[in-house]
Amino acid sequence: MENTIEVDDSRRRFITAAATVVGGAGVVAGAIPFVATMTPSAKTKAIGAPIEVDISNLQPGERIIEKWQGKPVWILRRTQEMLDDITAQNNEVGDPESNSSAQPSYAKNEYRAIKDEVLVVLGICTHLGCSPNYILKGAENSPAADWKGGFFCPCHGSSFDLAGRVFKGVPAPTNLVVPPYKFLSPTRLLIGDDSGAV
Amino acid sequence: MTDIAKRVVDGLYGLRDWVDARFPLMKSWNEHLAKYYAPKNFNFWYFFGSLALLVLVIQILTGIWLTMNYQPSDEGAFASVEYIMRDVSWGWFIRYMHSTGASAFFVVIYLHMFRALLYGSYKKPRELLWLSGMAIYLVLMAEAFFGYLLPWGQMSYWGAQVIISLFGALPFIGEELSLWIRGDFVVSGVTLNRFFSLHVIAFPLLICALVGFHILALHEVGSNNPDGIEIKKNKNEQGIPVDGIPFHPYYTVKDILGVVVFLILFFGVVFFAPEMKVPGTQGLFLESANFIPADPLKTPEHIAPVWYFTPFYAILRAVPSQLGGVIAMGLATNLFLLLPWLDRSPVRSWRYRGWNYRCALIAFIISFLCLGWLGLQVATPLYTWMSRFFSVIYFLFFFLMPFYTAIDNDKAVPERVTG
Repeated sequence: MENTIEVDDSRRRFITAAATVVGGAGVVAGAIPFVATMTPSAKTKAIGAPIEVDISNLQPGERIIEKWQGKPVWILRRTQEMLDDITAQNNEVGDPESNSSAQPSYAKNEYRAIKDEVLVVLGICTHLGCSPNYILKGAENSPAADWKGGFFCPCHGSSFDLAGRVFKGVPAPTNLVVPPYKFLSPTRLLIGDDSGAV
Repeated sequence: MTDIAKRVVDGLYGLRDWVDARFPLMKSWNEHLAKYYAPKNFNFWYFFGSLALLVLVIQILTGIWLTMNYQPSDEGAFASVEYIMRDVSWGWFIRYMHSTGASAFFVVIYLHMFRALLYGSYKKPRELLWLSGMAIYLVLMAEAFFGYLLPWGQMSYWGAQVIISLFGALPFIGEELSLWIRGDFVVSGVTLNRFFSLHVIAFPLLICALVGFHILALHEVGSNNPDGIEIKKNKNEQGIPVDGIPFHPYYTVKDILGVVVFLILFFGVVFFAPEMKVPGTQGLFLESANFIPADPLKTPEHIAPVWYFTPFYAILRAVPSQLGGVIAMGLATNLFLLLPWLDRSPVRSWRYRGWNYRCALIAFIISFLCLGWLGLQVATPLYTWMSRFFSVIYFLFFFLMPFYTAIDNDKAVPERVTG
C-alpha cells in the first residue's frame, strides 16, 4: 500500500513550536516553587525581630557587640576627644556626609547617631562582609601611623573612623551601615525597630 | 579437573553471551577500551585524566562514609566533625582522605589543563571536549566551596561570607541574590543545610554527568598527543590508525603505574601532612583557623582561601574597585572557555609552535603561580602592586592571543608521531 498523504511541514513546525512554548512555560512555572523555597523562611524572618540592649554599664570608649538578625551590632560610647577626632578627619573619609551610605535619616548627621556619644552600627564591612576589629588610638596594631581610633577589616584592609565612615583609598565602597534603632529610655536601646521614634 | 575448569570457563562465556544478546556489553568494552585506539606517543602529561577519575571515586566513597556521621546543622556540624576525628573508628582516616582528595583533585585538574595548553588539545575538533572539561572545573570549584563550609569552623564561615558577598557586589540584583543564596540575612544554619544538600547530591551528580559527557566526547574525536598530530588521518587497510594502540591493555597498564605512584604520594600526605602546613601558611589543605568553631561576631585576624582559589583571590584584591574586582575574578576563571577561538595558530603542540606562544605560555604559568602565592599573603602595598602586575600578564595571555598566535613563526609539523 502506497502512502500518498502529503506531509504539511508548516503545520508540523507550528505544532512543534506551540508545544515547545507551552512546555517551556510549564518548566518556568514549575521552577518557581524551587526558587522560592530557597528564600528566607518565615522562621528565619522571625529571628530578625528587634532586640533590647541595656547600655547603662557601657563605659566611655567601650564597645559592646550584640547580635541582631545574626549580624554583629556594635554599640560604642564615644568620648568628647573621639568626637573631636571624627570632625578632624572629615577630609580623609570617602563619604563624610554619608550621602551614598545606608543609614536611617535620623543617623545621617555629623556623628551618624541619634545621640552624639552613642554609636550604633552593623559590624559588617561594606566590602565583602567580614567583621572589622575595633582598634583604639595609639594601639600597637594600628593600621596607620596617625591612627585616631576606628575599625580595621583584616580581610582586605578597609578602615573606618569612629563614626563608621570609610577612609579613602580602601576597597570598601561605603560607610558602615546604621541599623534602625531608638532609645526606649536614656539607658535602653531597641535595635531593629524605630517605629514611633523621630 | 581440567574438564570442570573447561565447563566453568564455558559457563562464563555463556553468561557473557547471554548478557550481550540483551545489553551492548562487548560493544561498549571494545568501543571504549579494547578497540579504542589512542596515539602511541603519550607521555607523563597523559596520566592526569585517569587520575582525576580516581580522585572522583575516592571523593565519592569517602564522602558517603563521612555523611554517615556528619550532622548538617549549625549546632551539630563542628562537633560532629570532631566526633568523626576522635571517636569514630578510622574516622580520621576517612576524613583526611576526603580533605586531601579535595586538594589532590585540583592538583591533577590543573596539571590536566596545563597539558591541554601545552599540546593545544582544545583546538578543533576538540572544542566541546574542552568546554565540558572547563564545565567540570567550574562545577568542581563550586563543589569544593560548598564542602568547605561544612566543618563550620571560622575559616569555613568567613570564607563563605566573603564569597557570597561577591554576588552582593553585582549591581541591582546583588543584594537579593546573596540573600537567596544564603536563605538568611547572614551565613547561618540555613545556609549550611543547603550547602550540604548541594555538596552531597546536586553537584556530585552534575560532575558525574559531565565526566560522562567529557569521556564520550573524547572517544568520538580521539585523544590528542604530544605532537598534536591527528592520528586518524593515517590509517591502515583495516581502518586502524597506524600511530594508534588499543587503550586496553597498553594504556590501562600505563595508567596503573600512574595510580600506584599517585597513591604513594596521596597517602604520604594523608598520613604525614594532612594539613599541609607549609611554613608561612596556616595550612594549605586544612587551615588552622578552621579548628575554631564558627563565630558570626568575629572575623579571624587573617583569612585566606584554600590554595586552589588563591590565584583568583589575588586578582580580586588587585583591583581597587569592589565591582571591578568581582568582574576581573569572574573573567579570570572563565576566559579559558574561549581558548579554542582565541588561538589562531594552525599548530597544536608546543613542540612545533613559535616563540610567541612559548613565551606567552611561560609568562602565563609564572603569573598563575605567583598570583597563587600572593593570594595566600596578607595584602601589603608591595604585594598589591605585584598582584596587579601579574594580573595584567594573566589577562594579556588571553586578550593578545589572537594576535601573537596569528603571526607566530610555527615550525613544520611531521607526518607521523615521533618517539
